[in-house]
Amino acid sequence: MRLPPREHELIDRSKTVTFTFEGEPVRAFAGDTIGSALFAAGRRVFGRSFKYHRRRGLLCCSGQCPNCMMTVDGVPNVRVCVRPPREGTVVKAQNVVGSLDRDLMAVTDRIGGPFTPVGFYYKTFIRPRWAWPYYEKFLRNAAGLGKLDPHVTERRRVDHEHAHAEVLVVGGGQSGLEAALAHARAGRQVVLIDEGPEPGGHQLANRERIMTMRSLAAETAQAGVEILPFARAIGLYEGNLVPVDRGSTLVKFRAETVVAATGTLEQPLVFAGNDLPGVMLPAGARRLANYWSLRPGERAVVLTVDDRGVETARELEAAGVEIAEVVDYRERVPRSVVAKGRKQVRSLTVDGKRFDCDLVVMSGSPQPNYGLLAHARARVEFDPGRGIFVPVELPPGVEVAGEASGDVGSPAVPPPSHGEGEGKSIVCFCEDVTTKDFKDAVAEGFDSIQLAKRYTTATMGPCQGRLCHLNAVRVAARETRTDEGTIGTTTARPPTSPVSMGLLAGRPHEAAKRTSMHHRHKDMGATVFWTGSWRRPHSYSADPQAEVRAVHESLGVIDVSTLGKLLVKGPDAGAFLDRLYPNRFSDLKVGRIRYGVLTNDAGRIFDDGTVARLADDEFYVTTTSTGADGVFQWFEWWNAVWHMDVELANVTGAVAAVNVTGPNARKLMERVFDGDVGNEAFAYLDAKRGHVAGVPALILRIGFVGELGYELHFPSPHGEHVWDALFEHGAEWNATPFGLEPQRILRLEKTHILVGQDTDAESNPLEAAMPWIVKLDKDDFIGKWAIEHVQERGLRSLLVGFEVPSGRMPVEGAQVVVGGKSAGRVTSVRYSEQVGKVIGMAIVPIDLSGEGTTFEIRIGGELDQAVVRTQPFHDPEGAKLRS
Amino acid sequence: MSFLLTCPHCGPREVEEFRCAGEVTTRPTERPGLRELNEYVFFKNNVAGVHREWWYHRHGCGTWFLAERDTTTNRVVRTELPA
Repeated sequence: MRLPPREHELIDRSKTVTFTFEGEPVRAFAGDTIGSALFAAGRRVFGRSFKYHRRRGLLCCSGQCPNCMMTVDGVPNVRVCVRPPREGTVVKAQNVVGSLDRDLMAVTDRIGGPFTPVGFYYKTFIRPRWAWPYYEKFLRNAAGLGKLDPHVTERRRVDHEHAHAEVLVVGGGQSGLEAALAHARAGRQVVLIDEGPEPGGHQLANRERIMTMRSLAAETAQAGVEILPFARAIGLYEGNLVPVDRGSTLVKFRAETVVAATGTLEQPLVFAGNDLPGVMLPAGARRLANYWSLRPGERAVVLTVDDRGVETARELEAAGVEIAEVVDYRERVPRSVVAKGRKQVRSLTVDGKRFDCDLVVMSGSPQPNYGLLAHARARVEFDPGRGIFVPVELPPGVEVAGEASGDVGSPAVPPPSHGEGEGKSIVCFCEDVTTKDFKDAVAEGFDSIQLAKRYTTATMGPCQGRLCHLNAVRVAARETRTDEGTIGTTTARPPTSPVSMGLLAGRPHEAAKRTSMHHRHKDMGATVFWTGSWRRPHSYSADPQAEVRAVHESLGVIDVSTLGKLLVKGPDAGAFLDRLYPNRFSDLKVGRIRYGVLTNDAGRIFDDGTVARLADDEFYVTTTSTGADGVFQWFEWWNAVWHMDVELANVTGAVAAVNVTGPNARKLMERVFDGDVGNEAFAYLDAKRGHVAGVPALILRIGFVGELGYELHFPSPHGEHVWDALFEHGAEWNATPFGLEPQRILRLEKTHILVGQDTDAESNPLEAAMPWIVKLDKDDFIGKWAIEHVQERGLRSLLVGFEVPSGRMPVEGAQVVVGGKSAGRVTSVRYSEQVGKVIGMAIVPIDLSGEGTTFEIRIGGELDQAVVRTQPFHDPEGAKLRS
Repeated sequence: MSFLLTCPHCGPREVEEFRCAGEVTTRPTERPGLRELNEYVFFKNNVAGVHREWWYHRHGCGTWFLAERDTTTNRVVRTELPA
């Protein structure tokens, strides 16, 4: 099937690769694509059309059209005309039931007419109603393009890169190379991207021009232009951002100047049978002959509006194709054109004159490829004298070179279509939209191009309008009896061509944070789960209650390194915190700790934690685990606004923290801490410095979980050393690690809130039952005015503890019901062995918030009774904390 | 959003590196009425044109700074540290 070796062919006949197509081996030369190798092996049918399953052959051979999409190594919708095969590549046909040559679904082409009119999915398959499940099953199978294999386990690695270019030239044809060369000679840093294996554009398929192009490319590279092959711009975004698809890398180019040298899009002509295999665009026929030394047909008819077709006829003749006729529209525009054939084109009849042929080259209008320019909001106008849309106004920083600018000579204007009534004249090859569909759509009232596009789905397929936008507009103009300028264009949006989702997503990125004791938790059997970006132990056994018991009865240890930790230092540190928190810190004594919540100016709680005063001018602030960054930014922001004499440091990652808690906590501290831990010397809410197991540490005596407790803060690198020391010395009291779930039970027994769990975006400190924390006698603090308004209007709801006497467990978020209506919600709920009850916290209406009040909650669709408890369930006086 | 923003400390960077914290508002100096408070907290001018706004160099130096940006074109007129 190959022609004898030809000068400038792109194949290397000394090297071969073998791939399989539908299980059969196919041999290809180096430089072949899957498409050219299949053509060489005699294949003419490459795909089946979307709706009617019509046979489709190679059309553009440049990766533009939908005709040759196949599934390659499990990836659907690969255009095989531009995809080189590798040894062993597995290629399969798609969108067929049976085979490409005998596709059972092709029946829709013959009988489908009444069932698949334009907009058929709104019209047919609707009645009878009961049949829908059957329709749906059928339609789901019929719809879509290609199939993804759900069992594919291969994970392709993709990356994102950022790059900068003073000038980015898109397109490596002659004008792109010339523009790049000119900019480079003017001293600018230039990058040129091209879709193909080498620059040169369509002139690579012109044997007289190829050497000129190669020397121009060499000269351009010599001038310092960086040339990137196999690089496809997928859009032109704000600020001259051009994401470039390089297969496994998405390069995000930011350019001062973008030059669109994107050439033209060869348009099909619209006539009956224009989609038969053997009907090709000029580039398709030329590439077959000149790239791969294949004879595209034996006898050809060429229809052309400009020199492109005439040149193609010459090139084809040189490849041994007999040219039966060249119909040059500049001399005479035919009224009627009909192609006939079954498996491929057999004849073309032009104005009643029939030519036997197996190849038709249709060179329709050379439409400037202005897609990228339109993304940048260039204005595009219809040129009636040439029948094409041309860009007329460019935004700053965007240039256009060559044919993309409209520099395409003086082509003739072909008619929107050539005659009616002899089979389907395809306007949109991707979606199988015919001239008749447009006629019907307009008749049904879809007379604007935007509506007609959506209704017919023309231009909405894989080619994204490349091959059909112009013809769709021109057919619509004729059917609505207006002109193309009035019809206008549809909106061009990125991506300009299909992009895989994986490429856009980039490499899977999980910002997992682990504490310095993480591996000890794993070794001790912890079940680890996500809390924000942190990985934390849920519990160390299947029985979290056992860990709760250990804390109540003897000694528990929990890693709390995830707490946010900030240092606030400077002469204004106390005053700064007074302005940020509802409560007061300027009067806090050195070495003491106070709890605080943070509110915004709407008076809403957004974080909480403890504040320890380390020196007159230095405070150590802890935040919630997920709030650390937000609180730090909040502090930094107000510092930027107020310009107070204070410095901030976020030491969250640098400092590890462990809470040692339980009745035996002091005994363990006596062993590992080098200071006095007696209750007088080291009282509840004291902060002391010293050493734990030889490591410098700050010890906070606080009690989130309700038992005597010490929170040890020390440099992260010593995490495992301290952790090990605590268990070594704590073995005598059976020191037990506990996770987040037991901690949640323990804190609930104390009704200590979790911000975000027991509060929401509406919670203020008064209605969250923390009036003692708000110092309204301060001059000002963030949130003061809003909290004053809450106080003046009176409380409407209150966060309270509750128990469920029946012992049934509501879900968190369950409704509090008053008179059949939702009046609040359960925020937390757990079973507490210590209390012997189901306990929880809920936001209830203020008149149901008194101690002992009964209210209704919804549990599993039924109402159950809950009883308000305003005191903590465990150690209500806090005697254990202070002991 | 896709443009370059000049951090007063680090120079021009991709906007993805920053957090935008919205237009500059002025916190009342005296206790406002409920309506004025709500306007300050919830209502923004939402200018179609050049306005001043806060930015934080999240993936950089951690500086809070001010930018004058045209909200219709994303042209950044200037950036500066708060006075």
